[in-house]
Amino acid sequence: MTSGDLFLQQLINGLNLGAMYSLLALGFTLVYGIMELINFSHFNVFMVGCFIALGVLKLLGMDGQSVILHGLPLIGVLLLTFLITMVSSGMIGVGIERLLLRPLRAVTGPAAMILTIGVSYILFNVILIGIGGDTRNFANPLPSVSWNIGGAVLRMRDLLIWGITIVLMLGLTYFVNYTRLGKGMRATAQDPEAARMMGVEVDSVVGLSFFIGSALAGASGLIFGLYYNYAKVDMGFAAGLRAFTAAVLGGIGNVPGAMLGGVLIGLIEAGSSQLIGQLWADVVIFSILVIVLVFRPAGLLGRQAPNKS
Amino acid sequence: MAESEVLLDFRGINTYYGDLHALKDVSYTIQKGEIIALLGGNACGKSTTMKTIMGVVKPATGTLTFDGENILGLTPAQRVMRGIAPVLEARRLFPRMTVYENLEMGAYTRKKGPEYDQDLERVYSLFPRVKERRNQISGTLSGGEQQMVAIGRALMARPRLLCMDEPSMGLSPLYVEMVFDIIKEINKQGTTIFMVEQNASMALSIAHRGYVLQTGVVVLQGDARELEANPLIREAYLGEMKVDADA
Repeated sequence: MTSGDLFLQQLINGLNLGAMYSLLALGFTLVYGIMELINFSHFNVFMVGCFIALGVLKLLGMDGQSVILHGLPLIGVLLLTFLITMVSSGMIGVGIERLLLRPLRAVTGPAAMILTIGVSYILFNVILIGIGGDTRNFANPLPSVSWNIGGAVLRMRDLLIWGITIVLMLGLTYFVNYTRLGKGMRATAQDPEAARMMGVEVDSVVGLSFFIGSALAGASGLIFGLYYNYAKVDMGFAAGLRAFTAAVLGGIGNVPGAMLGGVLIGLIEAGSSQLIGQLWADVVIFSILVIVLVFRPAGLLGRQAPNKS
Repeated sequence: MAESEVLLDFRGINTYYGDLHALKDVSYTIQKGEIIALLGGNACGKSTTMKTIMGVVKPATGTLTFDGENILGLTPAQRVMRGIAPVLEARRLFPRMTVYENLEMGAYTRKKGPEYDQDLERVYSLFPRVKERRNQISGTLSGGEQQMVAIGRALMARPRLLCMDEPSMGLSPLYVEMVFDIIKEINKQGTTIFMVEQNASMALSIAHRGYVLQTGVVVLQGDARELEANPLIREAYLGEMKVDADA
C-alpha cells in the first residue's frame, strides 16, 4: 500500500468510528443542553443497545456470519433491527429519567450526575449477570461486497454505516430546527424559565431529549456491532469516553458540534493508530482535547461566552 | 372600561423563597380592559408577583382566580392557554433563535391556522421593524428591537391579560416613549395589561390604576391620577430617576 492508499483507508476507518461517536455524542449534548447534566449512564445505554440489537438479530434468525442476506430481506432486517433497537434504547433512557432523575429535578448540585454514574453501574451489572462478561459474536447479515480504490478497500458495510448515520443526523437536524417540539427543546436549552412561561412543558422536553439521545445511542451500539462484529459488557467505557470527548470538543450542548466532534475524534483515532500506533490513539485524542479546550474553552462550535441577556 | 368585570383576582398571597417572605398577604384586583401599574423599588416583590401569576413560583397561601376560575393549580402552559402571556423582565428572548421563531414560541400552546396568521399580521403591523428583522437571530438585535419582539411574542399567545415586567428597562428614551405608546394601543385593542415598572411617571401616565409595593407589602393603591398627585409617590418615585442595576 502506498501512503496515499493508507491515508484513504484510514479515512474510511475514521469515518466509521466517527459515525459511531457522533451518534453517541449527540445523546450527551442533547441532555446537557436541556438540563446541564452530564449523563454518565449514556455509556452503558449504548452497551445495552448493542446487546438489544444482537438479541433482535438472533430472534430474526441471524447468528454469527452464518446467514448472509441480499436485497429486500437485508433492508427489511436492518430496518427492523434499527427500529426495535432505537425504540427500546430510547425507552430505557426515558425510564432512567422518569423513575430516577425526575425526583431529583429540584435538587441542585452534582446529585443527579452522580446518580447517572450509579445507573451506569446497574446497567453494566444487569448485563454482566444476565448475559455474561465474555465477548459475544455479533451477527452480521451483510454480504461482503467491497470495492478497491487503489490499495484501499471500501466495503458496502462502510457505505451503509455512513448512510444510516447521515439519515439519522438529517432527521435530528430537521426535528430540532423545524418541528414545534424541537423548537420547544431549543427554547428550553436557551432559557428554561422563559420557555416554561411560553407554555413549554419541561417534563415532556426533558423526556424527549432522553428518548432521542438514548435511541441514537442504541443506533450507535448497533453500528458498533456491525463494524467490530462483537458485543461485550465493557464496550461502553472506551466508546462512551471518546463520544463524551467528542461532545466537549464540538461544544457541549451544541448539536452540530457533537456531529463534528464525533467525526473528528474518529478520524484522529484512525490517523494516530496508523501513524503512531494503536496504543497511542488515546494519548493523541485527549491531548488534542486539552489543546482545543485551552484555546477554545467552549469547544469548536460552542458559544465562547454565555449570552443570557 | 366599558364594564367592570374582574379578570384577575390575586388575593391574600404569601410567597416565600426559603426563609425570605417575598410577598406578604398581597392582593390585587384587575378589571377587564384596565392598565394596572405596579410600582416599587428593587427586590420589593414585583417580579415575584409576575412569576406567581405565570405559575413558575408557587405561593404558600392565598387564592388566584382568572376570569372566575381558580388557576393556582394550573401549569404555566395551561395559564398561557387561558389567555395570560408574559413580557419578561430584560426581554428574555431566546437569543439563538430567529425573530420569527421567537414569535412562534409565543404561540407555542396554539395550533397554526388562520388565527395564528392574523396575530402574526397584527404583530407585524404594530412593529414593522420586527417584520423586517424576522429572519435575524434575535440575540443580535438592539435592546429596543428586542423589546418589540418580546411584546410581539406575548401577543402571539392572543392574551386577554398581558403581564409586563419592566417593559422600559434599559431602553433609550425614544424607545421608552414608543413602548408606552404601544402598550396603550394594545390596551385599546382590548387586552388588559398588568405592568410592573420602575419608571413610575411614565407608567402612571398611561395606567388607570396603580399599586405600590414595598418589601412585599402593598402600601398604596388607587386611581393613577391620585397616585401621581400623592406626595409620597412624588417623593419616592417621581422625584428622581432611579438607576436600576438589577437584572
